[in-house]
Amino acid sequence: MFEGWDAVFLARAQFAFTMSFHIVFPAFSIGLASYLAVLEGLWLWTGRDVFINLFNYWLKIFAIAFGMGVVSGIVMSYQFGTNWSAFSDKVGPVIGPLMAYEVLTAFFLEAGFLGVMLFGLKRVGPRLHFLATLMVAIGTLISAFWILSANSWMQTPAGYAVNADGQFVVASWLHVIFNPSFPYRLVHMVLAAYLTTSLVVGAVGAFHLLRDSHLAGARVMFSMAMWMAAIVAPIQIIAGDQHGLNTLEHQPVKIMAMEGHFQSHKDGAPLILFGLPSQSEGKVNYAIEVPKAGSLILKHSLDAPMTGLDTVPRENWPPVPVVFWSFRIMVGMGLLMVALGLLSLWMRWRGTLYDSRLLHIFAIAMGPAGFVAVLAGWFTTEVGRQPYTVYGLLRTVDSASPLAPPAVASSLIAFAIVYFIVYAAGITYLLRLMAAPPHPGEQGPSGDEPVRAAGITPASAVTGKT
Amino acid sequence: MIDIPVIFAFIIAFAVFVYVVMDGFDLGLGILFPLFPKKDDRDIIMNSVAPVWDGNETWLVLGGGGLMAAFPLAYSVLMPALYTPMIAMLVGLIFRGVAFEFRWRTLRERNRWDIAFAGGSLLATLAQGIALGAILQGVHVEGRHYAGGWWDWLTPFSLLTGISLVAGYGLLGATWLVMKTEGDLRERAYHLSWWLLFAMLAAIGAVSLATPFLSIEYAHRWFSWPGILLTAPVPVAVAAVTALLLRSLAARQDYRPFFLSLALFALSYAGLGISMWPYIVPRSITIWQAAAPRDSQIFMLFGIVVLVPMILAYTAWAYYVFRGKVDPHGGYHS
Repeated sequence: MFEGWDAVFLARAQFAFTMSFHIVFPAFSIGLASYLAVLEGLWLWTGRDVFINLFNYWLKIFAIAFGMGVVSGIVMSYQFGTNWSAFSDKVGPVIGPLMAYEVLTAFFLEAGFLGVMLFGLKRVGPRLHFLATLMVAIGTLISAFWILSANSWMQTPAGYAVNADGQFVVASWLHVIFNPSFPYRLVHMVLAAYLTTSLVVGAVGAFHLLRDSHLAGARVMFSMAMWMAAIVAPIQIIAGDQHGLNTLEHQPVKIMAMEGHFQSHKDGAPLILFGLPSQSEGKVNYAIEVPKAGSLILKHSLDAPMTGLDTVPRENWPPVPVVFWSFRIMVGMGLLMVALGLLSLWMRWRGTLYDSRLLHIFAIAMGPAGFVAVLAGWFTTEVGRQPYTVYGLLRTVDSASPLAPPAVASSLIAFAIVYFIVYAAGITYLLRLMAAPPHPGEQGPSGDEPVRAAGITPASAVTGKT
Repeated sequence: MIDIPVIFAFIIAFAVFVYVVMDGFDLGLGILFPLFPKKDDRDIIMNSVAPVWDGNETWLVLGGGGLMAAFPLAYSVLMPALYTPMIAMLVGLIFRGVAFEFRWRTLRERNRWDIAFAGGSLLATLAQGIALGAILQGVHVEGRHYAGGWWDWLTPFSLLTGISLVAGYGLLGATWLVMKTEGDLRERAYHLSWWLLFAMLAAIGAVSLATPFLSIEYAHRWFSWPGILLTAPVPVAVAAVTALLLRSLAARQDYRPFFLSLALFALSYAGLGISMWPYIVPRSITIWQAAAPRDSQIFMLFGIVVLVPMILAYTAWAYYVFRGKVDPHGGYHS
């Protein structure tokens, strides 16, 4: 079995699978850790019980999400060696230290203070506890810093040399860490994490407001989440545009795939809204396009010439349909987030923020939108880097481990089974916690008593959110 | 000129040892879980490590990430060689890790996450022990690649090291419970500690006897002059620690058995280090051949010198916050 399969393709499928399941949890916990720090800070500052109730409500959810992020993250840290050993040998001297710094400065910080954050309020008192919460929140951001630096280096390598063994070695750590695409990617991803979390918080708040528009906890979380969406979603559009211009400068082929520009255009490239890109035919079928708008967006000039994939050898093309579509899904989600933010501002101005069924149903529907956008965005940037692992320098086929296809296929199947069991259970428990309304005297992560109470919400109550 | 690869060999060895010290006992608790069927006991057992397990596993990430960063060649040879045990370990760690949160959330009467916790801990421990045996017996290397098959790791010796580690982690778990619990639970943990200690001693003996037969170099290292000056104190120290451990168990002391069990681990670990030195992939790749370029190692060394003491300090603080016996009525989940 699997003898005829391509081991490199299986290894890529395994990486994509385990990475996709992993990334949604850090994306959520980066935002949620900061939100928890804000809630606890507001509680200490104002002394209002609603903030500590909300803190404890979301802390239980954070505990599960964080745990799932940790265990799926350990898989990632070993997968480089098990499945991409040639990559590890050649690139280890550059990105290995970045990941080691992530462990030393971020993972330990988060893990070291997590126990106190989850279970220690009564043992250490509110001030030290707030410090622990802050450390966890800062840890998640430091983690994003290092891992995005490593990822960005693979996209836009800088500050390196190659030694006699064929390994990448470092000429300048400053140029490696702050490589050209890193600042853009970091801003874009951290904003994405904040937006993702605010959409989840907003959906949970809206869900409880639909049933009781006077519920204090639901009102506060919904209002906070809608402010966040209204402010951050437009900023994210600008950050994404800047990131795109940076990509055009350093990875033009990725932009060609995102735009579906198979052909070069001497006097203004169109903006293809939708269509069916065909890798084999080298064109976009049934394209709906706006003439010259592509050049306007990317070059800020209607007649600017743009080269297409016809100037790139076919063996260096990324899989265009995947990149083309994942990019459109991400942008579509982003525009919907802006619409939600604007609608919330209008309802707030009219004084119906807590009573508008339309707004609440829209917010519930948008609950998972952040996750969809994050995944689509990562597919765009990672698939768009193909056929390279280190852009332009190391091909994916030269990066894989010397493994027999049955070995990789077996592990892929094992991970698929395990993840579906664990994630199905985890998402069920998360939705169950979210389906229970926040109430006065909310307890933190705890033994079964308060959780039993939270678990009696009928399953039908969680439909509408996935 | 300072020999930085040697420093890093000790740093990686230190990270792995801290991992064994810290995650060893909490994996051991999972291994012992089937022997404590009562829900109340299980809640206390889980609560005794719930606040710290996450930090414990971070040392494993440091071991893996640090190996990739400091000795990329060793990482890229060993990981494919240990493919199956590594995947099994990761799967085991997933199940036991999520069980810490999930077991409080299930509504079922029979808690399936207890099975996940016990099974995952056992699988992860076996896989780690097997990986250790597979490294000791050596792997097939050509050029800069692993050149063997994906079942090469499976030998009687690697199975022996796998089972040995189960006994060892079990002992750490049992003595941890002696330290952290009271009453009937502690009594049974005492009882188990005796059996597990004998199992671990048998395991140490069996692995020590089998190792010289793996390769003439190991035999040479342990039994020839002048190396024996370095190696002879190890078994002597094992005997001394065992005597102290037996005495502290007989005297029903709470704290000593756990720390003496850790001392047994430290000695076994030192023995392994003596056998392997100076190879990182036995008989194929030395630490100098595998070392990352000097600049990469120096860059990390700065971070390690500054950060590891800080990490140890706040980790110690977290243990201090949750010190003492677990309170069965309030505990951390109050």
